Amino acid sequence: MDDLIADFVAECREMLEALGGEIVAWEAQPNDRARLDSIFRFVHTVKGNCGFFEFPRLEALSHAAEDALADVRAGRRQPDGALVSAVLAVIDRIGEMVAAIEAGEEMPGGDDSALIASLEQGAEGIAALAVTAAGDTATRASAAPRTIRLSVELLDRVMSTVSDMVLARNELARRLRECDTDVPVDGAFERLSSIIAEMRDAITRTRMQRIENLFVGLPRMIRDLSAELGKQVLVDIEGGDVELDREMIEMIRDPLTHIIRNAVDHGIEHPAERIKAGKREIGVLSVSARQSGNQILIGIHDDGRGIDGKRLVDKAIASGVVTKEAAAELSPRDQLALIFEAGLSTAKQVTAISGRGVGMDVVRSNVERIGGIVEVDSRLGEGTRMTLRVPLTLTIIPALTVSIAGQHFAIPRSAIDEIVRATGESVTLEHLGGAGVATIRGRRVPEVSLASILGLESQIAEMDRTLIVLRPAGGDVYALSVDRIHDHEELVVKPAAPAVMATGLYAGTTLADDGSPILLMDPAGIAEVGGVKLETHERAARIAEGPVAAVSKATPVLLFRGLDGGRRALRLAVVDRIEEVSVDSIKEAAGQLRVQLGDFILPLAGASAADIGDGKIRLFRLNDGQFEIGYAFAEVIDFASIEHEVINAERLGEVSGVTLINDQPAELIDAHWLFANHVGAAARASEQLVCRIPCWDPWMQNMLRPLVEAAGYRVIDDAEEERADVVIASIGEEQPEEVTEKTIWLRTEPEAAGKKDESIYRYDRAGLLIALKSVCAGRGK
Amino acid sequence: MNELLLVVTIAGERVALSASAVEAVVELDTLIPVPRAAPHVAGLSALRSRVLTVIDCKRSLELGETDCSDGIREAAVVELDGHHYALIVDLVEDVVEAGSDPTPVRAAMETGWERVSQGMVETEEGPLLLVDVAALVAGAAEAKAA
Repeated sequence: MDDLIADFVAECREMLEALGGEIVAWEAQPNDRARLDSIFRFVHTVKGNCGFFEFPRLEALSHAAEDALADVRAGRRQPDGALVSAVLAVIDRIGEMVAAIEAGEEMPGGDDSALIASLEQGAEGIAALAVTAAGDTATRASAAPRTIRLSVELLDRVMSTVSDMVLARNELARRLRECDTDVPVDGAFERLSSIIAEMRDAITRTRMQRIENLFVGLPRMIRDLSAELGKQVLVDIEGGDVELDREMIEMIRDPLTHIIRNAVDHGIEHPAERIKAGKREIGVLSVSARQSGNQILIGIHDDGRGIDGKRLVDKAIASGVVTKEAAAELSPRDQLALIFEAGLSTAKQVTAISGRGVGMDVVRSNVERIGGIVEVDSRLGEGTRMTLRVPLTLTIIPALTVSIAGQHFAIPRSAIDEIVRATGESVTLEHLGGAGVATIRGRRVPEVSLASILGLESQIAEMDRTLIVLRPAGGDVYALSVDRIHDHEELVVKPAAPAVMATGLYAGTTLADDGSPILLMDPAGIAEVGGVKLETHERAARIAEGPVAAVSKATPVLLFRGLDGGRRALRLAVVDRIEEVSVDSIKEAAGQLRVQLGDFILPLAGASAADIGDGKIRLFRLNDGQFEIGYAFAEVIDFASIEHEVINAERLGEVSGVTLINDQPAELIDAHWLFANHVGAAARASEQLVCRIPCWDPWMQNMLRPLVEAAGYRVIDDAEEERADVVIASIGEEQPEEVTEKTIWLRTEPEAAGKKDESIYRYDRAGLLIALKSVCAGRGK
Repeated sequence: MNELLLVVTIAGERVALSASAVEAVVELDTLIPVPRAAPHVAGLSALRSRVLTVIDCKRSLELGETDCSDGIREAAVVELDGHHYALIVDLVEDVVEAGSDPTPVRAAMETGWERVSQGMVETEEGPLLLVDVAALVAGAAEAKAA
């Protein structure tokens, strides 16, 4: 807030100074329209700003003066000597107050009503007032201004001069090295160098501004807006410390304001509506900024009613933006993108705030003009997310410089997860079919060599290189091997020429300290060119946190020894925790062993009454999400993974099959059977249904499979030759050989592509379960 | 009041560039290659704290490759859509006044020249081919793709 007040004071002071001459000229020639206009502009500006800062006295004064001058401008009133003096007195009083604000003092005392009254038509006796006010001002206006305003052009000029100076210094350094110099000369040169470096740093920062300056006014604006509309909105702002070019901030101010107004006006519902829709009555509007690679992302997310893609399409057809045929082929994303077409708005009512059908197209063109893009994502009834991506142009980004075959490149530090040596202790590098796989502390990550991507010959043996673990925006990690790591530097990045950007590898160019150009790499681009498959869906990637599934199909299991001495394994995911209980708490009741854990009594598996000795017993607490059971065991052997073939048991029972773990056979415990038999007869299926899931799809294997198994299915791969009761496949993939009517299609987009689309969104848990159950029921007939 | 032309030699041929498009004539010493970029992008260089994208005119015209190994090359600096480019030429000769508006060349030219030609202009030194700077920068690959 202090910043804004300082800006306001600076602006007023500047206008007052400029006005000084005008006022005198106006006094001499009250009919001079140009002078009148500039005075009018001044009081108008002051009035507008005062409302924002709550300076009621200033506001009342400027408002009165504005009214009087507006009458003159409209020809309703002739400017006379009395009016001129009154206006001058008001301006002087404003100057006085501004000076007081600047000095942080209390407002000078006094009543302004006499001054305001003097502006009235036919008022008299002002001269005395004006004189006293003027006298006052003279004593107070002595405080020197602490800020000045500069044009960006001037800053640019200074910046380029400083850059040239750096180059000149480097040239001088070269010359000095060539000839023998005295120590004092070297010392003086060193000093010069450090001063220049400091100056360059300061100058570069003059153009940068924290995006906070843009965000600071938002809460107030949203409050006013929601009050006016009778809505309740909670604002959540983060990322204010992201730095952006000052000019860029000004360029995105209007688009951002517009999007926020839209979100409050159309997005967030009235409290009553929200309660009806089962939401909290207070809507949440979050605004966030973050740097992502070579872009700044500003996200505006509301939890309102969302955008109705179908209504948009209807409107677009009605207004002739698209033809019916073309509209039918629009994907849900394309449908939403229609809001950026000129003249479209789904608002039923045109309000004073938004919905006039102009706006989003202007927002888009404004953002595109600065090389950015606007994205929209919305789910009907759940909310809308707008994302502004603006380029990093001229923003300073911290980067790491690396080299390949002697050439330097820069990598944005924000994308770097960690840096390891290829020969490091917990790092191994392997090649599978030509593709590199690095194992870093047990985590498998795809590895690509920057040298081979760039087509450069590296002189350094592969094992001596350094691996940089990168996490591009919204993607999964991968390792990039480089010859050498040099330095952390803060670089001023500029966009590269289109021919350079066309490679898809670079995010821009920058100048190193010695004045030579360096290319800034784009981590997402490298991954794409290097053929690394990245999970593009941010949400999916977050849930699938952990090892990159594509490189390992292994299921983690817990290897243990049962009470009877058998070597067994349990899928790690079903084990909630390990408990130790005294034997006393185990009782046979209602036909089976049960264990008491605190206030709960759980069925106990893995033991018979005869196995239980004295003292304490250890057990796994297994959880299927709804029920819990205990499983007694003697000791935990190891964490392992199933890598070998599982030989399925012939009979359904506690053990589902046998496999080799760490080169010794182990029995795999069938958790499903355990739950089915111990939790209750209701869960017991006469025979397990079989579901086929593609084995190459890590999402299906890791995320879908447990769900399907929990629904009572036995899951098989497409490699296994067994008749499946149901097949699950994703849309757009190759069709499985066995396409039956019992095929469940999954799609990645939340919205269906059309009416005939019977596929299920892959995170629609309820939909999936219903589909699986219906197959179940069909078979029961 | 006629337009000024910069006479340069590219691939042994004397051609004219519109002098108003050329900001400066420089001698490039450093050249940082841009791996994986189009072949006519010879690399990057710096001029007074600005990054120049260096274009090899010979490659752009598909008339061979300029040998940049010997270090210093002469180049004309132009600005296009906010980006600065340095066009490597064999030799920068002179500035002459255009004696006429460009007229189409009616004889068949080699493909590379055809693509960058803006027509023929009369000068004191005889007719010269006026070369379109933007077409030189765009290069052959893009022209084919378009």
